[in-house]
Amino acid sequence: MSRKLELIVLAIFLVFAGQFLYMSSTTDAEYGGADGEAEGVIMELTDGNYEPIANPIWEPPSGEIESLLFGLQAAFGSGIICYFLGYYRAKNKYENELGYKNSKESKSKSRLL
Amino acid sequence: MHVMEGFLPTPWWQIWFAISIPVIAYGIYKLNRLVNEKREILPLLAVAGAFVFVLSSLKLPSVVGSCSHPTGTGMAAIIFGPAISAVLGVIVLLYQALFLAHGGLTTLGANVFSMGIVGPVVAYLIYKAGMKANLNFFLVVFLAATLGDWATYVTTSVELALAFPDPTGGFTASFGRFATVFAVTQVPIAIMEGAITALLFKYVINVKSDILVELKVVEEAVVRKIKGVAA
Repeated sequence: MSRKLELIVLAIFLVFAGQFLYMSSTTDAEYGGADGEAEGVIMELTDGNYEPIANPIWEPPSGEIESLLFGLQAAFGSGIICYFLGYYRAKNKYENELGYKNSKESKSKSRLL
Repeated sequence: MHVMEGFLPTPWWQIWFAISIPVIAYGIYKLNRLVNEKREILPLLAVAGAFVFVLSSLKLPSVVGSCSHPTGTGMAAIIFGPAISAVLGVIVLLYQALFLAHGGLTTLGANVFSMGIVGPVVAYLIYKAGMKANLNFFLVVFLAATLGDWATYVTTSVELALAFPDPTGGFTASFGRFATVFAVTQVPIAIMEGAITALLFKYVINVKSDILVELKVVEEAVVRKIKGVAA
């Protein structure tokens, strides 16, 4: 299988990873969330007068719990994607390459013979 | 990143809900019809939804020293269209608003508009135009997903600038500031998302291309070319 696309994606990833490692070790960039920065802009635009009209129903008590929830989100989604890919890859292999047919199909076919 | 809970004043948060709810309703209707007609799309729908789930959980560093999330809506937009993408987006946004205090319930309308509607619309249009122009499939997917992600964040900047115009510079000055925070930050992240989306499409097509052909997402000739290259 041609792995050209994988190589291109890997190259893009390495550029960003490399740039990130370089910047994080040489500058004092904080890498905070962009929505926190937006909050800062809003406060500046309203001279600190803006009061949010609502508060979150529940906030994760710490960054660790937040990591857990984000991690669960990623793990759950990845599980679904990988199950799909694995299932259909195996199905293709068994049906096409190995010639395995659904037993109901082959039984009805043998009856026709 | 989404607009945080409570950070859209009246009347804006209502306006975005008013715009988004009809689209979501239409998306649910379309989804029901599609699932009833072609039950076999369910696994692919699960993958598209899961992709949104995974990508919006990642906080990626950008070149300007902050972090943001990709959106993952590119795949859903290309395969199922913007309306159904809005439905998938609202599910993810609800999870993040309720359990992660990321985004919010009052801002759900605005966030669905940017991430579930505008982003997918842009991705969908770019994909269709690119395929019509017979460009390389992976390049088109990359462009659609990248620009769709970026459009989402430009829209978020617009939403915030409309709600918080600069006292002297008005909407334009405000938009410039929000866009610097969101849209500029997002460029490398959007590129990464485009690359990953293209890669996942490669695996999905290699493994289950028939549904994509049936849904008229890709033409048989394109599939053969991709598999022929891959074989």
